[in-house]
Amino acid sequence: MITKPGSQVQEKYNQLSNYKEGNSVKIIVCVKQVPDTAATMTVDNGAISWGDAPLIINPWDEFAVEAALNLVADQGGEIIALCLGKEGETEAIKHALAMGADSAVMVSDPALEGADNVAASKVLAAAIQKIGEADLVLFGQQSVDTDTGLLPVQTARLLKWPSLTLVSKFESVNPGDGKIQVLRSMEEAGQIVDSSLPAVVSVTKDYGEPRYPSFMGIRKASKAEYPVWSLADLGIETPSSSIAWPEVTEPVQKEIVTEIIEGETPEEKAKSLVEKLIAEKVL
Amino acid sequence: MTKKILAYIDHFHGKAQPSSWESLGLAAVITKDLGGETAALILGEGVNELADTAFQYGADQVLLADSPILKDFRPEPLADMVAQAVKDYQPDLVIFPTTSRGRTLAGMAAVDLDTGVMVDVIGLDWAGGEISTTRPIYGGKLLAKLTCSTSPQIITLRTRAFDKPEPDSSRSGSVTALEVGLNGAGVATSITSHQDKGGGVSLSDANVIVSGGRGVALNPALEPPADLDEEAAEVWKAEQGFALVQGLADVLGAAVGASRAAVDAKYIEYDHQVGQTGKVVSPDLYIACGISGAIQHLAGMRSSKVIVAINKDSDAPIFNFARFGLVGDMHAILPPLTSALKEYLAG
Repeated sequence: MITKPGSQVQEKYNQLSNYKEGNSVKIIVCVKQVPDTAATMTVDNGAISWGDAPLIINPWDEFAVEAALNLVADQGGEIIALCLGKEGETEAIKHALAMGADSAVMVSDPALEGADNVAASKVLAAAIQKIGEADLVLFGQQSVDTDTGLLPVQTARLLKWPSLTLVSKFESVNPGDGKIQVLRSMEEAGQIVDSSLPAVVSVTKDYGEPRYPSFMGIRKASKAEYPVWSLADLGIETPSSSIAWPEVTEPVQKEIVTEIIEGETPEEKAKSLVEKLIAEKVL
Repeated sequence: MTKKILAYIDHFHGKAQPSSWESLGLAAVITKDLGGETAALILGEGVNELADTAFQYGADQVLLADSPILKDFRPEPLADMVAQAVKDYQPDLVIFPTTSRGRTLAGMAAVDLDTGVMVDVIGLDWAGGEISTTRPIYGGKLLAKLTCSTSPQIITLRTRAFDKPEPDSSRSGSVTALEVGLNGAGVATSITSHQDKGGGVSLSDANVIVSGGRGVALNPALEPPADLDEEAAEVWKAEQGFALVQGLADVLGAAVGASRAAVDAKYIEYDHQVGQTGKVVSPDLYIACGISGAIQHLAGMRSSKVIVAINKDSDAPIFNFARFGLVGDMHAILPPLTSALKEYLAG
């Protein structure tokens, strides 16, 4: 059930938000609902459709939730799942709660229809500030729908916090000293980065396998209540968007004529394939 | 309507990501058509040589900041410099390669400059001076046309989506040194050390990719050491299978890819994963070995120019996307294929 701000859940949530002691770490994990990656995507009358494919938590976000759970298991603290989406897009939050997040906040407002990344980042930054006192904000490295990977860095930039992108390992997290050390991936090498806290981190698949929600976790998540904040609750105007998507299309599939390479033995097939590749001028 | 274009040259300690030059190639095509000029933006320490290369690939001028503060990849000071360079140079269009660093800096600079980013662009239209772009979404299952209503327009180009220009060693130009008004002490991050990634050809830049799937672990002729449990024995078999994939890749100077199934089964590291939750690639030649062709994998590789599928199962979906199909056991086919190619390429 989704509740509105001002309810008892909201008050209970406000109390929780003040919790912080020692080296315990307060983590906000940003999650998003997306269509299953196995879905066949189509465009019907200009609208994107995934047929009857299930809706899931963005798979990249599961690594971020897993990292948060491990950090809190090691040093104590609290995990809040934060989701920006349309009202009723609850799968990501439910999954994060079922994995073990302590609480959740949904941000939803009809005025955000068509918001671009900068606009969405402004909303997330405002929600992160309203939740308050976070040591870490974790994201998946990107979402499998729009694939931009911009939200972590743009949210960090707006908050004026360091962006630690594509992190596969947390070497140390010390909210007491306000310091963090992580391993960040680049094309050529990994980087050991020392940074101040609070910081925004995007977590890669290399972090390690995310856990499956337990039966108890799923039950708890299905009954969980959490606030839904509008832009007015965040105290911000509708942020403007520069990027528009006037058109979405299905890619034109190249007409592919598949030629099956015949041969009595693997050697014959191999030789025949090499000849075809030479003729195709791809060697 | 002429265009001023700023192209960010992405590099690691002075070694450029090859896709950086693709931005200059695109910039040259646009400015030839509409008029205008292109500047290359180079930030780092000891990066003067990159300026010479940028001229050869088509830059009219180079904006260069050389400072120890900019030596390692630290997004905050670098993004500050990008925003400053944009304010000074006043380009209409800023182009980054879609590398890990390019994506990060484009996103941060957009916030500073109050504009948007069109990421991972594979097509660009500038008819009448109005720029619109095309980019894949949902892992390439759909295409979106994008426009940006604010200036400058910032885009990141998908690697290999645009041609790399031929370098012209006779070209040169003027280098403008940018003032680095940053103070190292004010930077929140520091880089303690780097970890090697073990070389190999990078998937995104590769002309040729040889990939392995579940099938790499299914060589019936192999007998794993007796002391391994079932899972370890499977991984052991998969390692032998990937050795064949690597052997073929070595002969072709190719990168090694993998399906998600192979990565999830721990046959190979995630760095090699091709697909919707891995890397999206479009090489000239993609050889899929023991990969059935799940929709997530197809989304990541079907824009390859020529696809070769090697699979035991003649009904595998991958064959519908392949130019050439070989029905058979990859373990039997890869060794003679590798030697036949070696012979041809030596010859």
